[in-house]
This record gives sequence, C-alpha cells and structure tokens, in this order.
Amino acid sequence: MAEVEIKQENLVHARPKLLRDNLMHYCPGCSHGTIHNLIAEVVEEMGLDGDCIGISPVGCGVFAYNYIEIDWVEAAHGRACAVATGIKRVHPEKMVFTYQGDGDLSAIGTCETIHAAARGENIAVIYINNAIYGMTGGQMAPTTLLGMKTATTPYGRDPRLNGYPYKISDMLCHLDGVCYVTRQSVHKPANVRKCKAAIRKAFENAMAGKGFSLVEVVSTCNSGWKLSPVAANKWMEENMLPFYQLGDLKDVKE
Amino acid sequence: MKKDEVKLMKGNEVIAHAAIRYGCDAYFGYPITPQSEVMETLMELKPWESTGMVVLQAESEVASINMVYGAAATGKRVMTSSSSPGISLMSEGLSYLAGAELPCLIVNCQRGGPGLGTIQPSQGDYFQACKGGGHGDFHLIVLAPSSVQEMNDFVADAFDLAFKYRNPAMILADGAIGQMMEKVVLAPQRDRKTNEYIAEECKDWAACGRGEERRPRNVVTSLELQSEAMEVINKRLQAKYKALEENEVRYEMIDCDDADYVIVAFGSSARICSATVELARAEGIKLGLLRPITLYPFPKKPIEELAERGVKGFLSVELNAGQMVEDVRLAVNGRTKVEHYGRQGGMMYSPGEVLEALKEKIINK
Ligand SMILES: Cc1ncc(C[n+]2csc(CCOP(=O)(O)OP(=O)(O)O)c2C)c(N)n1
Ligand code: SF4
Repeated sequence: MAEVEIKQENLVHARPKLLRDNLMHYCPGCSHGTIHNLIAEVVEEMGLDGDCIGISPVGCGVFAYNYIEIDWVEAAHGRACAVATGIKRVHPEKMVFTYQGDGDLSAIGTCETIHAAARGENIAVIYINNAIYGMTGGQMAPTTLLGMKTATTPYGRDPRLNGYPYKISDMLCHLDGVCYVTRQSVHKPANVRKCKAAIRKAFENAMAGKGFSLVEVVSTCNSGWKLSPVAANKWMEENMLPFYQLGDLKDVKE
Repeated sequence: MKKDEVKLMKGNEVIAHAAIRYGCDAYFGYPITPQSEVMETLMELKPWESTGMVVLQAESEVASINMVYGAAATGKRVMTSSSSPGISLMSEGLSYLAGAELPCLIVNCQRGGPGLGTIQPSQGDYFQACKGGGHGDFHLIVLAPSSVQEMNDFVADAFDLAFKYRNPAMILADGAIGQMMEKVVLAPQRDRKTNEYIAEECKDWAACGRGEERRPRNVVTSLELQSEAMEVINKRLQAKYKALEENEVRYEMIDCDDADYVIVAFGSSARICSATVELARAEGIKLGLLRPITLYPFPKKPIEELAERGVKGFLSVELNAGQMVEDVRLAVNGRTKVEHYGRQGGMMYSPGEVLEALKEKIINK
C-alpha cells in the first residue's frame, strides 16, 4: 500500500500508543476490538499505563491481555470482580478494571459482580453484552432476547423453557456501593465517542474512590448471530436497543 | 536474651496472630466452623491499623480464593482459611493459582464429610489436599501441624515455601488443632514488604502495574492454547514438584531406630499415636512413629528405608477411611504389611485403641 501522509489538522483518529501491534483474534466486525481501542485511549490519556491492572475474563475477551500494553491478570470464568477486589484492596492507589462478557458477568459471575458492587469496590467494569456466548460457539446467554435463535435455543428463546432475559445493569443501580452505571454501544461513530466518555468517567470514579462503576456496551457478535458485520449492526439496532436502551442508568454526582 | 513471650491460645487464633506477625498483606475469608476464629481474631486485632494488613469478609469461598488470586498476582503475601466444604468451593481457584504459579497460603481446618458432614475434626481431606484438589496436573505444598505451636511456625514456613517455589501452600490442620488451647511462643513482628520491594522482588511476573519506569508488562494467566507451549508449561510445573520432592520433605521420627513396627500418622492423629508408642514400649513392643510434616511432598524415602531395614509392619493411622495409607503402601512397595486404622464422623481414637488395632491388624496377623 502506498504511504499516505496525513496532515495533523486532518487527523481524526490515530492508533492508540498502548494498543499493541499484533493481529487481533476477533472476528471481523466484532465490537471487542473497538472497545479495546477505547480503553487503550482512556488509559493513555489519563496517563495511567504505569499504574493500571486489567482483569480479562473467560470468553472471547480472554485475550484482551494480548492487545493493551499494561499489566493484566486473567481470571477464572465469572470471577473477575473478585479478582479485581483482591488487587484493588492491596493496591488502592492503582487503576483496576475488569473486562467481561455477558456470560461471564451476568451468568456464572453474577454473585461476584453483585457483591463487589454492593461493597462499593473502587473498580471500573467494562461489560460487553452481545446477548450470546461467543467463545463457546453461540449458545444462549442470560441476556439472549426472547425468540432469539442460538446453538442451545435452536427454535428461539422460549420463556417457558429458557426463562426471560434480564438486565443486570438495571439491578446494580439499586446498590448503594454503585456510583455509575451506563449503557452504551459502539456501532456508530457518535456512539463510539459517547462510549469513550463513559469509560473515562468510570475510570475517573475508580481513581477518585467514588465506588463501583459499570459501563455496559451493547455489542454485536456477528459470528454467533450468523450475520454479516453490517447486518449485525442493523439487527442490534432493531432488536437489542429497544430492550437494552442506551443511556445513563445511574450517576451519583458526589 | 529476651524471654520468650509464652501465651495460651487456640490454634485458630494463633493463625491470625502469626499471619499479622509474618507481615502478611491480606486475608480474604468466609466463615465456617471449626475455623471461624481466624477471621474473628483478625477483625478484633484490626491489623489494618497496625501493619496495614487488609482483612476482608467475602461473600463466598469462591470469591475469597479469587480475591487471593488477584492480590497474589501482584506479588503480595496473601492468605485465606476455611474448612472442608469451603475448600471444595475453592478448588477451581486452587487450580488457577497453581496454573498461574502464584504463591499464597490456604489454611484448611478440616471437618468430617462428605457433604455438610460434621463440624467435628477429621482428616478426610488428605486426598483433596495432596492429590490436586482441582482440575489438571498440579500439587499444593501441604504442611500438617500437630500442635498449636506449629500453627504459628507453619504460617511463616508455608509463605516462605510458597514464594520460593511460586506455588500455593496449604496448612492442613483439623478441628482439633484449630480449637485446642495450648502454650505457644508467637513469632516476633516483622515488617510488611513495601510496594517497592515487591516490585523489584517479583518484577519478572507480578502484575502490580508497570511502574514509573514502564518496565515490560506482566501478564498473569494459566491459559495457553498452543499444545506445544502448554506442554512446556506442564513440564516446568512437574520439574518444580520434583524439586519440592527432592528438597523440601519434612518429617519427624519417634523411636523408629530399633522399631519392629511403625505407625505413620500426621496432625492430631500423630499426637495420639505418640502416646501409643509409649504404651507399646511399656509392654515390650518395639513401636516407632513416623510423622509426615509435609504431606506433599510426602516422606517416601524414610518409609522406604524403614521397610528396607526390616520393619515388620506399618499402620497408617488417620481420621478417615484410609487415604494416606495409599502413599505409605507406594513407599513400602510390597516389602511388608501396610494396614490402615481410622475413625470417622468426628470420632477420635484413644492411644490404647490404636495399640489394639496394631496388634489385631499387624502384630497378630
Ligand atoms: C467454569 C467454566 N465453565 C464454562 C466455561 C466455557 N466458557 C468459555 S467462554 C464461555 C462463555 C463466554 O461468553 P461471554 O461471557 O458472553 O463472552 P463472549 O465470548 O460472548 O465475548 C463459556 C461458557 C469455562 N471456560 N469455564
Ligand atoms: S465469536 Fe462473537 S464475540 Fe467472539 S470474536 Fe467473534 S464476533 Fe466477537
């Protein structure tokens, strides 16, 4: 490819310095990569790369540690908030955040998540809700919409068989230890910008000792959904967003 | 020289004091009988005001072991304690700790099982502690105290071994040692390691932030999807276990030099059996006691040597249905008789009862 010189005044977006230069394993069109980008930017802009410890989940995000140039701890499935608690309690001055999918956080990790939130741990949680288990091949998650087809709901999620989807972010708002809960997406440039501001706020809260912050990012899993990246974005807008409505759910000012 | 500070204390309380005095950085736990005094004592002593040690009551043992995992991943000296059903819940975390090669201390004050079982003492978790206690090929370092004094001493020993080998270490006690009051000389207070010290000591692996100088990043993980690379990791772990077996075996022998018969017993059982040795000797029976102090690595060699020297029979005395006896048999390797005697459900044997069992199962057989 020919080298193109970009004038500084025309530069809209550059690769964050903290994003490592290796090939991402994510499927083309997957939201994970965009969200990594935002985290790398926020850590860099806040000057936290020497003081930051990320906790990666079990799920497609497990290899988040391959992509952002900070220290990482890989947690067992669902346990990221407990692992983060352990780290933050012995390093209260450090930036500690978790990166978790909807299976990891709102199925197997529900207990650890709720209690870290209830204790008001000073951590930031980035919660990727793609309504499916991506890594294990597209099975139903607690977040799977009614009627949605997955590998374990081949005829569509039926509430009589599979129960109802639930919104853990809404539930967390009721806890006194929680200072900030927001639901964002990264499927359009404007949303990407808002999502970045939300991640930044969550990180600032954690550093200021304001309590537990969670940024839910409603995301696509085109492989799991069996849709092209463009169709997945459209499907998300039409089906996910009416149920998982975007916006701040809780923001304690103090 | 300063006179030793002798105190009368419960085993569980001593664990708490010893942890603070060792300079432990954090304790994460969840209440369960018969070891709840560990966290209760810590909360009463408020070490966060003196040494800066963190004490946190978690929502479950699953959470507490994962808090240990997180804090240990930063190079801090961290611990938890529980009893049998709680340790079962921790087994996932133990496997991850061993896989990620993180040092930490776990205290299991055993009670009887299976299931909810009983709150009375037992040694029914020998298999769980020594043969993995979680998925995958791994070992914990396992120390078995038989006195309240050893509850004190083994906190430091376990932490030191855990750091030397970057491996989780367990103190396998039981309800009797945990609840019993006995004289103890507590270790002197040591300073906690500073963040700067740890950042230097553990710079090759601890994920505590890259620091001012932005050192190369550390990633703590047990995941490796390339089979060739994973096998290399597995082999490295096995080499570590081999080094433990070669260098760290600890045991005590009482009257074994001229013994015709030898009892093998650990923890509270060993205390009872030391009285059995006296009873037997008074009757003219040449009985000795071998007490494994490290259950993993197991004292295979001294047992082998006793069998080789002509001991006529071994009795493995355990508060369970026969677990350590398998390791005794492996060490003896068919050279002579090996039997097991045990009680379960929280029942204890008396020294005389053990002597009767020895006669029935070994001497008169
Ligand atoms: C204890 C345990 N149970 C099950 C699994 C298998 N597993 C791996 S990832 C995963 C689900 C991940 O889904 P999600 O958190 O939604 O993340 P995504 O892959 O969609 O990003 C499961 C069930 C595991 N690794 N560990
Ligand atoms: S399976 Fe889904 S979540 Fe995983 S990388 Fe592919 S698109 Fe992303």
